[in-house]
Amino acid sequence: MNIQTKYIISSLSKGTRLDGRKPEEHRKIEIEIGPIEQAEGSARVRMGGTEVIAGVKMNAGEPFPDTPNEGVLMVNAEFSPVASPEFELGPPRESAIELARIVDRGIRESHCIDTKKLCIKAGEKVWMVMVDIQPLSQDGNLIDASGIAAITALKAAKMVKYEESEDKVIYEKTEHSVPLTDIPVPVTFGIIDNKLIVDPDLDEEESMDGRLTMTTNEAGNICAIQKGGICSLTMEMIEEAAEISIKKGKEIRALIKKSL
Amino acid sequence: MYKRTDGRKNDETRPIKMKVGVLKHADGSALVSIGKTMALAAVYGPRELNPRHMQESDRAIVQCNYTMAPFSTKERVRPGPSRRSTEISKVTREALEPALFLRDFPKTTIDVYIVILQANAGTRTAGINAASLALADAGIQMRDLVTSIAAGKIEGHYMLDLNGDEEEETDCDLPIAYMPREKKFTLIQMDGNITKDDMKQVIKTAVKGCETLYEHQRKALREKWSKEGFE
Repeated sequence: MNIQTKYIISSLSKGTRLDGRKPEEHRKIEIEIGPIEQAEGSARVRMGGTEVIAGVKMNAGEPFPDTPNEGVLMVNAEFSPVASPEFELGPPRESAIELARIVDRGIRESHCIDTKKLCIKAGEKVWMVMVDIQPLSQDGNLIDASGIAAITALKAAKMVKYEESEDKVIYEKTEHSVPLTDIPVPVTFGIIDNKLIVDPDLDEEESMDGRLTMTTNEAGNICAIQKGGICSLTMEMIEEAAEISIKKGKEIRALIKKSL
Repeated sequence: MYKRTDGRKNDETRPIKMKVGVLKHADGSALVSIGKTMALAAVYGPRELNPRHMQESDRAIVQCNYTMAPFSTKERVRPGPSRRSTEISKVTREALEPALFLRDFPKTTIDVYIVILQANAGTRTAGINAASLALADAGIQMRDLVTSIAAGKIEGHYMLDLNGDEEEETDCDLPIAYMPREKKFTLIQMDGNITKDDMKQVIKTAVKGCETLYEHQRKALREKWSKEGFE
């Protein structure tokens, strides 16, 4: 065990963290709406030294055969080396894919997007809503920053027009929003020495055994869970995480609403 | 009362079959079927890891690959990695690693290959059960066998081991991997929309299923190794 990990563990046993936070405390979250004018919707989220931009682009395309009258949601994440010396160029690797899928599931499984309202012509044309996540600085807990940025960008997004006679999308924003009914919020815990810490920063990420993410919705229900890393969890830890993520999710949701 | 399409009780798994040592060339192997879902796992190692820059000087690494055979589903699965299979490979690896003593084998790799031969819900969990058996069959020391199963909630009832039809109905799909002796979770995922209390009950349902699987796993290992006189 390296010295930093030992120090983190000894601090935690006294109830504090290296940057002075309590175990259940997030770093300061700042949300900026619409930094990218040309995107249908965008949001920049800062959590301490971590920074992420999410952008929403829309296109008209063919629906999936099993859901002919529903639009399509896609979440993608690209880890560019601008955000961290640890990131490499090339197609998304396992950690970027996992992050995108956690954010995707949080949005999809909370059923906050009414995909039926994204149908243009059943069986032929539907809206494809693409959320792209671009980390600008990886200083720990990209999952929460990305999840908050993605849902905020969707909330802020305005639909564009589809011209049926020409079969093309005209990228002019309308006053209509994307049909959203909920704000799912992910809360990630680092697991160090069998203790849960909310919103791990980079130092803590390097020392932690694993993590647990729980995404909750407006009703205080849980809509997605994901464990990562080489750790094992007890039932008590899972229950504690559920309780805290509901409480924290509420606070962050209020912050998102305030920023809109 | 919700009637399950295959007539099972709510806390009953689909029929389970497990066999270890099914492959000639692998160091350890297992075939697990749960209902129509069929997972084959092969383990090689600990063996030397190449390229050497990937070696860890103080521990073994685990490389895990989950693949669905093209003929495993109704619609053909396109060969090659997908976003889904990449994620499942990752969570499977992370479900197995806590059971292993990786520091005993520095600079080596333990390679786990899972092929889903037939898919009807619960492929990641079947894959983990098979991989855990294959690791044990390879003679690799483990803290505990890793067992894995999903549970959900349909029309107010907690339901163990959802089949393909039930996956469409459920309020949530919650797969776990669990070490029964240690009482610890090494995988937990969930998609759905449930309350905290429901989550707890669904997990409890899945844990019960894991205890059943544990017995099947131990039986499968004994069947091979008692014959070959391994103590």
